[in-house]
Amino acid sequence: MKIENCDIAVIGSGPGGLAAAMAARQNGAKKVLLIERDREPGGILLQCIHNGFGVEIFKKDLPGPAYAQHFINEAQSAGVEFLLDTMVLEITKDKRIFASNKKEGMFEIQAKAIILAMGCRERTRAQVRLPGARPAGVYTAGTAQRWVNVEGFMPGKQVVILGSGDIGMIMARRLTFEGAKVERVLEIMPYLSGLMRNYVQCLQDFGIPLLMQHTVKRIIGNERVEAVETIAVDDRWQEVAGSEEIIPCDTLLLSVGLIPENELSRQVGIQLDPLTSGPFVDNHFQTSIEGFFAAGNVVHVYDLVDWVTGAGLRAGESAALYAHGKLHGNKKVTIQHGQNVHHVIPHSLDISSLAFHEEQLQMRVTRPLEHPVKVQVMNGNEVIASKALPYARPGEMVTISLKDKHMEPLQNAGQLVVRVVEREE
Amino acid sequence: MNTNLPTQQIICVACPKGCRLNIQRDGDQVLVSNQGCKRGVEYAHGEVKDPRRMVATTVRIEGARHPLLPVYTASPFPKGRIFELLAELRNLQIQAPVKEGQIILENALDTGIPVLASRDMEPLIPDGSR
Repeated sequence: MKIENCDIAVIGSGPGGLAAAMAARQNGAKKVLLIERDREPGGILLQCIHNGFGVEIFKKDLPGPAYAQHFINEAQSAGVEFLLDTMVLEITKDKRIFASNKKEGMFEIQAKAIILAMGCRERTRAQVRLPGARPAGVYTAGTAQRWVNVEGFMPGKQVVILGSGDIGMIMARRLTFEGAKVERVLEIMPYLSGLMRNYVQCLQDFGIPLLMQHTVKRIIGNERVEAVETIAVDDRWQEVAGSEEIIPCDTLLLSVGLIPENELSRQVGIQLDPLTSGPFVDNHFQTSIEGFFAAGNVVHVYDLVDWVTGAGLRAGESAALYAHGKLHGNKKVTIQHGQNVHHVIPHSLDISSLAFHEEQLQMRVTRPLEHPVKVQVMNGNEVIASKALPYARPGEMVTISLKDKHMEPLQNAGQLVVRVVEREE
Repeated sequence: MNTNLPTQQIICVACPKGCRLNIQRDGDQVLVSNQGCKRGVEYAHGEVKDPRRMVATTVRIEGARHPLLPVYTASPFPKGRIFELLAELRNLQIQAPVKEGQIILENALDTGIPVLASRDMEPLIPDGSR
């Protein structure tokens, strides 16, 4: 079996992987391999043809493929080697990668550091336990997105969408553009799970009804979806009897959440956080196994690609330092999620790196807080950092930064708690 | 905010924050409040006078890895004419190769707004695999 050596191997060429590979090269790594199972780099951005990407990084409103193109070009000029149409089968603790492709068959890569950038996957019908028959016509929103935007197929003509995730709302508009009728978008929670702007531009603009606290009770149809029966739910997700409605349709799209894709991480023994389904990471995006880094949606699901790029850049830099023996394991404080916070990334922080980096703590709140709030980083009863926000919603990531001035007060800290609390206006 | 005027609430889409803007009309004047930044004021004025949206879709392409090329309007396009633009783009057939940013339609429906390619599209590789 052929063995290839490299400094850094990056698995996955979406926005996280592209940025990580590029940054690894720019921080002194010699040979950087970017491994992608598809025939072209770019990941899911290639099927996200809608605008809204790059607002933070480029101050521009770009479509997904254009955003990807920028970083594909950058990675190429930085000297990253692309290994396309190549599937990673297994990774080992001593940083060997077993992969296969058409040209080489099975082969081995020995890396000094590995960056995991596998992104995330959509939750499927089985994972939300939808009752009823199992006809054709039930797809995840991302699958439909790939068909419509890349391959040139329509999933159907009359559509109901379950879940108000961003991809679902964006597909409601996209299918409307291509001549389908989108009958309803249903959301089981009392609040939107995607971004408010997508509600406005994708549903409201086209008069597509969004029903909150509604779900699918039953899928009807044998060969093909013929209708779905919908039902209202109360605050405890209990079905409200008598609220059933039968909506004729030939397609049901599911936009019911994304889960970080960590089959390889699990197999090599990297510790995963049950709250995020992603690896535990420190501020260098290093996982529980030394020399394994993780960047982007494989860690936790982001709302904006710009932040994924940011995470990739950091992971790439850290991996390059590690490969040259320059990433030191200093004393770390753990970071816990407090009041109204679902989870915080990173899980731990090397205080000494505040001298070189502003460290961004990224979190999701547990419920919508539609009034002024403050994000606080607490060391016991002491407020280390505080940031005011007009509101906080689960659909949008919340961040707060720690800077060099926080090094001093954190010298003897063992654990930090991040919370989001109400604020008097 | 003038308490004597009827208030319309709209959600700003200039960025992902989604501020809820209050809009009031006083004759020709548009009064905006509750905006997070100045882009919200611009957006509100636009929504009242000439609502526009970025439009992203696909056009047919020949000789490429994929049958479709993603394209987008270089700037926000009049909201009321989106379906007319989609119909126009459906008539196009592009030939690979294409470079990202290349003009696909120069002056969409005489608005002066060009439609651009969202990505590079290389010609199909000789062995025919997609």
